[in-house]
Amino acid sequence: MSLSRREFLQMLAIAGMSGIHLSGCESGSSTQKQPGGVKPNAASSNLYDIPVFGNVSVMHYTDCHAQLLPVYFREPSINLGIADMRGRPPHLVGEHFLEYYGIKPGSREAHAFTYLNFEEAARTFGKVGGFAHLSTLVKQMRAQRPGSLLLDGGDTWQGSATSLWTNAQDMVDAQLLLGVDVMTAHWEMTYGAERVLEILENDLKDKVDFVAQNVVDRDWGDPIFKPYVIREINGVPTAIIGQAFPYTPIANPGYMIPDWSFGIRDERMQQMVDQARGEGAQVVIVLSHNGMDVDIKMASQVSGIDAIMGGHTHDAIPQPVVISNSGGKTLVTNAGSNSKFLGVLDLDVKNGKVRDYRYHLLPVFSNLLEADADMSAHIESVRAPYKEKLEEELAVTDSLLYRRGNFNGTFDQLICDAMIEEMGAEIAFSPGFRWGTSLLPGQPITFEDLMTQTALTYPSTTLNNMTGERIKVILEDIADNIYNKDPYYQQGGDMVRVGGLRYAIDPTAGIGNRISDMELNGKPIDPDKEYVVAGWANVNEPLDTRPIWDVVASYLRNQKTVNVTELNTPKLKNVAGNPGLAKSFQQ
Amino acid sequence: MTNMKRRTLLKGSLAAGAVGVAVGSGLLAPRTVLAAWPKEAFEANSVDSALNSLMGQSQLEGSDKIEIKAPDIAENGAVVPVSVETSIDDVESISIVAEKNNTPLTSAYVMSPRAEGFVATRIKMSETSSVIAVVKAGGSLYSTGKEVKVTIGGCGG
Repeated sequence: MSLSRREFLQMLAIAGMSGIHLSGCESGSSTQKQPGGVKPNAASSNLYDIPVFGNVSVMHYTDCHAQLLPVYFREPSINLGIADMRGRPPHLVGEHFLEYYGIKPGSREAHAFTYLNFEEAARTFGKVGGFAHLSTLVKQMRAQRPGSLLLDGGDTWQGSATSLWTNAQDMVDAQLLLGVDVMTAHWEMTYGAERVLEILENDLKDKVDFVAQNVVDRDWGDPIFKPYVIREINGVPTAIIGQAFPYTPIANPGYMIPDWSFGIRDERMQQMVDQARGEGAQVVIVLSHNGMDVDIKMASQVSGIDAIMGGHTHDAIPQPVVISNSGGKTLVTNAGSNSKFLGVLDLDVKNGKVRDYRYHLLPVFSNLLEADADMSAHIESVRAPYKEKLEEELAVTDSLLYRRGNFNGTFDQLICDAMIEEMGAEIAFSPGFRWGTSLLPGQPITFEDLMTQTALTYPSTTLNNMTGERIKVILEDIADNIYNKDPYYQQGGDMVRVGGLRYAIDPTAGIGNRISDMELNGKPIDPDKEYVVAGWANVNEPLDTRPIWDVVASYLRNQKTVNVTELNTPKLKNVAGNPGLAKSFQQ
Repeated sequence: MTNMKRRTLLKGSLAAGAVGVAVGSGLLAPRTVLAAWPKEAFEANSVDSALNSLMGQSQLEGSDKIEIKAPDIAENGAVVPVSVETSIDDVESISIVAEKNNTPLTSAYVMSPRAEGFVATRIKMSETSSVIAVVKAGGSLYSTGKEVKVTIGGCGG
C-alpha cells in the first residue's frame, strides 16, 4: 500500500487525536508515564527513559532567558484565548490543562505543566532547569540518538544579571558547551546589531548556525542572516529554517537594530521551504520565535513544513498540535521557558518522507539529573566575579512571588509598589514580560532574583504626566497586542502590569472597547486630567535615568520583609468559563 | 558594506529615487507634467472626496486581481513599505489610500499604456488603518485592502 505524504499525515493526525497506536509503535503518549505523588528519586529512571524511535532526532529548548541555575517557575493561572484560540492549546491552564492532556492531578508532570498547588508541589519536587542539569539530559538523549541536533529557539542571551554584565558572553559560552547546533533569536537583538554580528563572527562561526529567514535589510530587502541550514542526520538531509521574533523592532528598541526589518514574511518562508526541498531536504523544520498562536496560523498558511518548533510565548505544550494546510499536515510544538523543558522530536524518515513521529517535552527536574561537571564549572566561573553582588539579600518574601500570567503577578505588584513609592508616582506601569522566575514563601529576595525580573539593556525608569485619555489609549493598544482576534497582529507578551490604577477589561471586544471602569483611589479616571505615571523599559529612545533594579532594590532594602497577597488585577468581562482562566479565578 | 554605501549614496536623493527612475523611463507621469497637481485630492479629508477629486468617482469594486503587500504591524508608522501589483489589463493609475489618515490619499501613480501594474513605495500612517490599493482601468475603479496596525510598541515577550 502506498500512501501519499498528505494521506499518511492525515492518518497520523487522526491516530494522534483518537489516541490509538499506529502499527509498529510501542510507546503511547508522553504523558501519564508514571503515577502521581511518587517520591522524587523513585521516578527518576522513568521520566527520562524514553524509547528511541525513528532515524532523525531533534532536541529543542527555547526562552531559557539566561537562567544558568535551577529556578522555580510557576506556569500561568490566566492565559486567555480569544476567538478561534479559545480553549485551544496553548490557552489552557490548571485543571483544564490536566484534563485536556490526561495528566494526573498532583503528579510530577502536573507540577511541571501547571500552576496548581504550586508552593507545596515546588517544595516536593524541587527546582527546575539549570544549564548543568539540562546539559546532562542533552548528553543522555544524544547518546541514545546519535547524530541528533540541538536547536535553541532564542531568548537565551538575556534575562539574568550575569548575561547583562558579561554582554551575553556567559550564555554564548554556555551554548557552545551545551552543544547547540542551530539557533534563532529575539532578545539577543537587544544587545545591538553590532554585538550580535560580533558574536556570530567570533564565537558561533563554524559551530552554531544562526538562522532567521525573516530579517532583512530595511532599505534593500537583502537577507541579514542565513535563512536556513541543511544538516545531515543519519544520512537524512534535514533543513532547519529560522524564524526570529517578527516584531522585535516594535516590542523592543528599534534603534538598537536600526537597519534591520523583521515581520512574519510567510511568502519568503514558503520560498525557503521550497528551496530547501529543492536542495534535497527530506525533512523541513522551522525553528521559530513567533509565539504559538502565530506558529499555528503559519502552519496553516505555509505548506511543506514537517514541524514548527516554537517559542516566545513560553507555552509548555506536551503534545504537538497538528495543523492542516494545502500540502498536508504540520506539527507545531512549543517548549516552555527558563530551561525548564527539553523537547525531543523523533522522526521516522524513509524513502525521503516523514512516516511517523514521537514527541516528548521533558521537564528538567534539577534533583533528578546530576549536574554536568563542565557546565557547573563554567557557571561557577561566570558568577565568581559578581558573587557578592548577586547574593545580596534585599528582603525576605512571606508570600509566593511570580510574574507569568496575562495580568499582574505578585512580583510585578512589588515592582509597581516600588515605583510608586520610590518615584512619587500615582500610577505605575510595568511591562508584561513573560520572563522572570518565582520565589517561594520564606525565601530571601537576592539581587540576582530581582535581576531575573529586570535584567535588560534599556532599564531606565520614566516619570511622565499623562492624561486619563492617554492612559486608556495605552491600555487599549497593549490589550490589542495580546487579544487581537488575528494572531498575526499580536506581539506576544502579557498585559502591562499596573499599580494604583484599577480597570475592567473585556478581552473579547475590539480595540478601543476593551478597557472600562478606570479608577484611581476609588475615583473614576478623568480623561482630561493629568496623572503622574511611572514606567520602565521605554523602547523609543535611550535614556539616562535610574535603572529599574535600583528603584526596586532600594524599596526592598527598606521593606526588609514583603508579603504580596492582593493583586491589582483588572475585573474581567465576558470570559467566564474560558479554559484559559483557572477554575479558582472564575468570577 | 555594500548596503551602507548604497544607503549613503541615496540618502540625499531618496525622495527622488524610485519615482524619478520610473519617470525617467517614461513609465510614470511626474506630478509636474500632470495637467494640474491634484492638490485638492491630496488634501481631502475622506477617502471618497479624495477619489472623487482625483478621478471624478469613488465607487470601488473589490478585485482579487490586485495584491497589496504591507506589514501586519508597522515597524515605523512614518515609513510603512507598501507595494501593489495587479494583473488587470490596461491600468490607467494606481492609488494608495490610508483610510484613517487625516488626508487619506498617500500617493497616486499614473501609468503609461506599456507599464506593468506594479508600484512600491513607503507611506506615512498616523494610526491603525485599512490601506487600500485603488486601480483605475477601463474607466472603473477596482480595489483591495489590508489592515496595517500602528502600535505604541514595547512590552513584548
